[in-house]
Amino acid sequence: MMTHDHDHDHDHDHDHGDPHAPRKDHDAGPASPYEVLERALRELLIETGVLTAREIADQIDLMDSRSPALGAKVIARAWTTPAFKAQLLSDTRSALASMSIDIGGLAEFRVIENTQQVHNVVVCTLCSCYPKMLLGVPPAWYKSLAYRSRTVVAPRAVLAEFGLELPHSVEVRVHDSTADLRYIVLPERPMGTDAWSEQQLAAIITRDCMIGTAVPVVSANRAAV
Amino acid sequence: MSAALTRITPEFSVGDRVVIRNCAALGHCRTPWYVRGKSGTIVEIHGAFRDPERLAYHRPGFPERVLYKVRLRQHDLWAEYQGGKDDNLDVDIYEPWLGAAAAAAKTGRKGR
Repeated sequence: MMTHDHDHDHDHDHDHGDPHAPRKDHDAGPASPYEVLERALRELLIETGVLTAREIADQIDLMDSRSPALGAKVIARAWTTPAFKAQLLSDTRSALASMSIDIGGLAEFRVIENTQQVHNVVVCTLCSCYPKMLLGVPPAWYKSLAYRSRTVVAPRAVLAEFGLELPHSVEVRVHDSTADLRYIVLPERPMGTDAWSEQQLAAIITRDCMIGTAVPVVSANRAAV
Repeated sequence: MSAALTRITPEFSVGDRVVIRNCAALGHCRTPWYVRGKSGTIVEIHGAFRDPERLAYHRPGFPERVLYKVRLRQHDLWAEYQGGKDDNLDVDIYEPWLGAAAAAAKTGRKGR
């Protein structure tokens, strides 16, 4: 940890609503009970030789390296390569390994495919299980009580709030990810993208498309990319 | 982690009608309240996984439990469901929480 020898009493005349008011350092106040717990556990794991500080830092780097861009790359590959798509649906772990994506040993992954008849959406009502190794850190709303409780009761209303209104002829299938499996949605490839490269396709596959609260959209100006 | 189902024979098969047990667990479990007592259909057998009800208390989690994907009709789950008649909810449930739907129906008609 860096040490500072200058004094931290910032005398200033800003109002509190002033956007230029100095911000408090994130570690300026007293540590929360969770921070104390994390620190104690981390120090014990290092002292007893279970983990090294380097291993912990590497794991943080690994988690930080995961983002929806990684999931989008996988989906774009599935859209363009039928053999890869088949493997992704039947044996997700090996398909991801073939793209050098290691999903770790904590959970299995499943890819669920949207079709013209079925639209899938993922939620975890018990906590907030999320395919972090493919999509990175979940959005705050995914962990909110409102999303977690309403998605199973009124999925169509929730989807409408995300701007996605589906006709009743399409089955809405909610996946409550309650156990050892993490779900990611394979959206339908939009019309008019036949000539697109994997990279161009990946650009329209957003995080929400892979949770199931959105579908990929081809806007007029994007099609010209 | 999942394991090949070499040691454990699943009690249910894909297509079986099942009832999710309606009981209060004394401690951690991964069966949401809103599906307890509801009927559905097995759509997938995920494999054998260490028992979360033991793992939660720092036990190794054995014996492993077979995990199923159970599909419930939204209109069976919620009386006032607003949506398509074919809308479904899939939920992953461990075998000890499942009973055969037929057997449950018989118990239900005991009084007749």
